[in-house]
Amino acid sequence: MTLHARSSSVETQRAAAARLVYRKPDVLIDRATHYCPGCGHGVIHRLLAEVMTDLDLPAHTIAVAPVGCAVFIYDYLDVDFVEAPHGRAPAVATGIRRVRPEAFVLTYQGDGDLAAIGTAEIVHAAARGERITAIFVNNGIYGMTGGQMAPTTLLGQRTTSSPSGRDAELMGYPIRITEMLAQLPGVTYAARGSVADAGSIGRLKVMIRRACQVQIEGGGFAIVEVLSNCPVGWGMTPQESLEHLKGSVAEAYPLGVIVDRSAPSTARPAAAAATNPEA
Amino acid sequence: MAPRQEIEIGLRRTEAELEAGRRARVLMKGNEAIAEAAIQAGCDAYFGYPITPQAELLEWMARRMPEVGRVFVQAESELGAINMALGAAATGARVMVSSSSPGISLMAEAMSYMAGSGTPMVLVNVMRAGPGLGGIGPSQSDYFQATKGHGHGDYRVPVLAPASIGEAMKLMATAFELAERYRTPVMLVADGILGQAMEPVELRFRTPERQAFDWALTGAAGRPARIVKSLDLDPEVLERRNLALQQKYREIARHETRWEGWQLADAEFAIVAYGTAARVARSAIARAREKGMKVGLFRPITLWPFPERELARMSRQLHGILTVELSSGQMIEDVRLAVEGRCPVAFHGRMGGLVPTPDEVLGALKALRGRVERTRTTTSHDPATEHHPGDASANGTGVRTGARRRGRG
Amino acid sequence: MAISPIAMATRQPLPWTPLVVAVDHCKGCELCVAACPKAVLALDRSRVNLLGYHSVVLTDATACTSCALCARVCPDAVFTVWAAPREERR
Repeated sequence: MTLHARSSSVETQRAAAARLVYRKPDVLIDRATHYCPGCGHGVIHRLLAEVMTDLDLPAHTIAVAPVGCAVFIYDYLDVDFVEAPHGRAPAVATGIRRVRPEAFVLTYQGDGDLAAIGTAEIVHAAARGERITAIFVNNGIYGMTGGQMAPTTLLGQRTTSSPSGRDAELMGYPIRITEMLAQLPGVTYAARGSVADAGSIGRLKVMIRRACQVQIEGGGFAIVEVLSNCPVGWGMTPQESLEHLKGSVAEAYPLGVIVDRSAPSTARPAAAAATNPEA
Repeated sequence: MAPRQEIEIGLRRTEAELEAGRRARVLMKGNEAIAEAAIQAGCDAYFGYPITPQAELLEWMARRMPEVGRVFVQAESELGAINMALGAAATGARVMVSSSSPGISLMAEAMSYMAGSGTPMVLVNVMRAGPGLGGIGPSQSDYFQATKGHGHGDYRVPVLAPASIGEAMKLMATAFELAERYRTPVMLVADGILGQAMEPVELRFRTPERQAFDWALTGAAGRPARIVKSLDLDPEVLERRNLALQQKYREIARHETRWEGWQLADAEFAIVAYGTAARVARSAIARAREKGMKVGLFRPITLWPFPERELARMSRQLHGILTVELSSGQMIEDVRLAVEGRCPVAFHGRMGGLVPTPDEVLGALKALRGRVERTRTTTSHDPATEHHPGDASANGTGVRTGARRRGRG
Repeated sequence: MAISPIAMATRQPLPWTPLVVAVDHCKGCELCVAACPKAVLALDRSRVNLLGYHSVVLTDATACTSCALCARVCPDAVFTVWAAPREERR
């Protein structure tokens, strides 16, 4: 999959005869981020920037920032942003969508934001089939606040609030919320991708692009869950965290398109993933 | 700038207005009149959730907003509704939410966000008895909530308190105007009576003109991206943001304080009351006047900014003030702050959804007069020993402990 | 914007390089090092960038095929990738 980015400055390079293969899109603001080394948020921000550039979206995008590590996303993506209270991004986006029919409406949330405090909001935005593209970053932890357990934390996983490992008896089971949402007829597209390696990142970009096109084409609610890593929160090196992502995390959260009701031959909804709590 | 003293209470009109009113007068329920006034004021989007005693407002919007091609959404909760409003308002739309006391409590966080980010919207609270699930009867026990800040942080919200359905309709346009002029959420507080009662009203509306907002999120086409937010992790920056907010609030207090005085010119005593309590007070005042007692009504229309300077000036000529509320006594604190001990401040109130009767208020007035006369004849006039506010039903919230106190409760 | 040396000095020809690194955005996470099929990326441990990390450096420009996998896995978008000029392409 060739990575390319249209760049207006390429013409000036004609004399150099070298050919630009990749340059970061302008909509990805040129500054160092606050994310920890190796954090998947950076990759996801970049993919969003590339897809939005490819689909010519920045000029009419109104995006909703979450509360969590990605609360500063408005410092990195050069589009109009509103900051939502923790968990409320889908409701904030609903308000935007309803009064600005022509806008491209995007939400970006972490797992605590979407699958814990914001569960009602994401469920009802999906149930209403709001024409919104939701990016849901699942790194199984509350990163910004120091590495606490999230609804998507794996069983047995140690966090600062499950110090001896997540115990289902006391702390319940990991939530596969995207599968839950996919049951709702209002959801036109639901998929789960990963930043685990170059191949996964390529496939993730296709999913994000699809989720944006669904909105452009007037479809209903679109969501892409992204399995992402949290080296610091997981207590691993960046590379180890990606191995972990490919391993037990991907096992608990199967990758792929869960439902795509937009395609003419509607892809059959994902086999109701046997929610095996002991994943 | 709106006139400082907006005397346009629905009950009192010039002859010309009465004549004009008679022509376009129709019987309307408070909730519906408020909703229609909002629509006529140019409300682009309404977000709500069912709750008594405000449900008819939502129902009116559910029917009318689609009719006029505008947005109506019944949210999954009051949390959802207020956050939808936050989103819509951030794009510059004219937005309204309505609920009642318990629902308003759920909206506290978002109100703080909107105050902090400068997002204009109007929130109508048709107050009901609390605390907790409380009851569905009329109440004013959300005064603290509305005027002292529902959510966290140093912020205030202009609070408009109509005393009639006609005035509520007028104040809807004012609410949108204040919200957009000062980039702040604005509250309009009615109570179960104002919401549920039906009154003949004139179908005369006002639509505040639109202004282009240089902060609104519309998509950064051909301009730098904009951010509507309240977060600033740098204390220096956050303090500057707060100082700007406080300056805005001083500005609002200076220009937007609204109150109404009635029969105060020769008054020796005054009742301070708003909303439904003010209507009861008027009846009591009429009776007291018949008995030769010079009593007037001081009616705040903006609960915040509270008309403290006007009340302070008034209190210099008064022997005593009676505050009447549908609560245990909340506005009384602001009254005492304004009066600063210049004259005794007594209280009469009912809770649970009960409304004080004119007789009860008359009784409280007489008790106040008796007390004033007694203290005038005795030598020392030590406010500290005054009778603690709180009458037969509303037990005083005295903090002084010890058996000695209990006897005089 | 990662300033490519070519852009800076387009007047006289410069030795061509396939990779330009925004040195002060790199956090030394080494995900690119692992992803590079030619293993020609490494952290420059001789210096520290503005963020306090060793930033990545191209160890052998001739081995780089401009596949841009490094750019794809990089969380901090530090890479600008150029393909060799036509005549010099290996």
